[in-house]
Amino acid sequence: MVEAPQGSRVVVAPVTLWLGRRRVMVAGIVLVALILLMTLAAPLLAPYSPVAPGADRLAVPSGVHWFGTDQLRRDVLSRVIYGGRIPLEVAFSSTLLSLLVGAVLGWISGYSGGTLDRVLSLIMDALYSFPALILAITIVAMLGPGVLNMVAAIAIVYIPTYFRVARGQTLKVREEAYVEAAQALGAGIPRMLRFHIAPNTLTAILAIVSFNVADAILTEAGLAFLGFGLPPPTPDWGFDIQNGQAFLQSGYWWLITFPGIAIVITSLGFNLLGEGIGEALGHQG
Amino acid sequence: MGLLRYAFTRVLLTIPMVLILLTVVFLVLHVMPGNPVLVILGGRNVPLALIKEYEHRLGFDQPIYVQYAKYLWGVVHGNLGQSFSSGLPVSSQIALHLPATLELSFSGLFIAALIGVSTGIWASLRRGGMVDQVLRFTHIGTYAIPIFWSGLMLQMVFGIFLKWFPTGLQLNPVDAAFFQPITGFVVLDTVLRGNWPLLGEALLHLLLPAFTLGLALSGLVGRVTRASMLEVLDLDYVRTARSKGLPGRATVLKHALRNALIPIITVVGIQFAILMGGAVLTEAVFSWPGIGSFLLQSIKARDFNAIQGTVVVIAVLIATVNLVVDLCYALVDPRVRFS
Repeated sequence: MVEAPQGSRVVVAPVTLWLGRRRVMVAGIVLVALILLMTLAAPLLAPYSPVAPGADRLAVPSGVHWFGTDQLRRDVLSRVIYGGRIPLEVAFSSTLLSLLVGAVLGWISGYSGGTLDRVLSLIMDALYSFPALILAITIVAMLGPGVLNMVAAIAIVYIPTYFRVARGQTLKVREEAYVEAAQALGAGIPRMLRFHIAPNTLTAILAIVSFNVADAILTEAGLAFLGFGLPPPTPDWGFDIQNGQAFLQSGYWWLITFPGIAIVITSLGFNLLGEGIGEALGHQG
Repeated sequence: MGLLRYAFTRVLLTIPMVLILLTVVFLVLHVMPGNPVLVILGGRNVPLALIKEYEHRLGFDQPIYVQYAKYLWGVVHGNLGQSFSSGLPVSSQIALHLPATLELSFSGLFIAALIGVSTGIWASLRRGGMVDQVLRFTHIGTYAIPIFWSGLMLQMVFGIFLKWFPTGLQLNPVDAAFFQPITGFVVLDTVLRGNWPLLGEALLHLLLPAFTLGLALSGLVGRVTRASMLEVLDLDYVRTARSKGLPGRATVLKHALRNALIPIITVVGIQFAILMGGAVLTEAVFSWPGIGSFLLQSIKARDFNAIQGTVVVIAVLIATVNLVVDLCYALVDPRVRFS
């Protein structure tokens, strides 16, 4: 890492300087921005419709179809551009949901202690130690396929992650003088959580959000790949890879390669962003 | 606290974990919509009397706590119920599929350790340099890649285009049909039977899926190794070893790595859960006949008992691995027992 020279006279905008030293964060921001822009501007960027059939079946990537076409004569590039909508939607909403539920439970559990804390921690630890994907598969298998069900399944799976961080931070904060002072002044539990515990533990909780989104993207992709996502015409990276798998033996490589690269860029972007945030908060680096 | 007493407490602590997971899955399966009887009878236009009869026969007409108590009683006695789709005991079907998953996961773990530990050491020795930076991105990259996609990519390049490896299954179907298993672990069985050509074939089949799984986990192992090594490399005894003139390699491998290994092993043990999740997807890509494939098959058939049984077995498996890692840790480091 390059350190800025002490007392440097060069006038650089503080943000640029700050970002210049954080290559990981910059890489993350660039990748995430790229994917978000592509997904949001999909109707402007996609050369063809993602669902309407074109002229050629299983066409090799060329100037006309950059990423080729699939067995239903649809343009793969357009499907990749549109294909991030469902994964991002699912990842963002499930992350938000598990953050809300997990953090609130963690605050209550950590602050009140006692039997409630012990029981909740035991349940959360059990869920945490179980493979996220298998739990999500089981839940979504019973609920049936669909966006809302995927969101519910993935949200349940990641609640323990936030619970553990929120609870751990609360246990630390609880010993601080300002918390004791507020207690001495007679603040009740809701007031304590709202004004003293929540604001002082939020940084640590938000620090894991980006990693969580990256993980949720992979879980969604896994679910969609296994056929628990949306029914066929909707473009979705994971599902499109499953679709392409059937044609892989015959050598149609473009059907699975491009949606996969899109998933990797997205997940890598959020992972790097998470690393960068962690670095900026001084956890490592 | 003595080691035995620690071990006893630790074993007791795994019971609630398994129990909680069992309860969660039971509730998920029994509270959520979907009538398994209809699935078994195969269709919508089934006479109500027949549905009632089957519900009664399978115990679905009983109150949920009675069903739960009965299931729990069965699990304690090693009885996971009968599969709805095949009528066979779930436990024997899982026993049939488990060796394939264990073979795959332990080979994957071995590859992850091999790649992760070596690249982690390398990064730690080049701290802050170009190699360290590149490896950092590579390590993050390995867990940003969806495991089913890396599996398909390896399959495509090495199985379909280059034709170096088979693209699925544990053995060629014809060989598998004539092969008499002993333990169910194919690689082990070919050795036990002294069938060397078949051993080669089994290893060829194992390599791509195991590498897929190993690669996905190697980044995490690599990062922990790097961090763990960096802590140890600065310690006095390593400096002493260097200053008394031990060659670099001996210092790193004998002195530093040995002490850095404990946190690495702990993390690898904890990652066993991720490994099992990855195994399900890897099995789906490589048609690997393990419990992941069995679970997906059971889900498609809405075979409640089979799903429930598989999840319970996976939970027990993970609890056991965590337990073993903890006990090894306690054996090596007496401080653990006292905390």
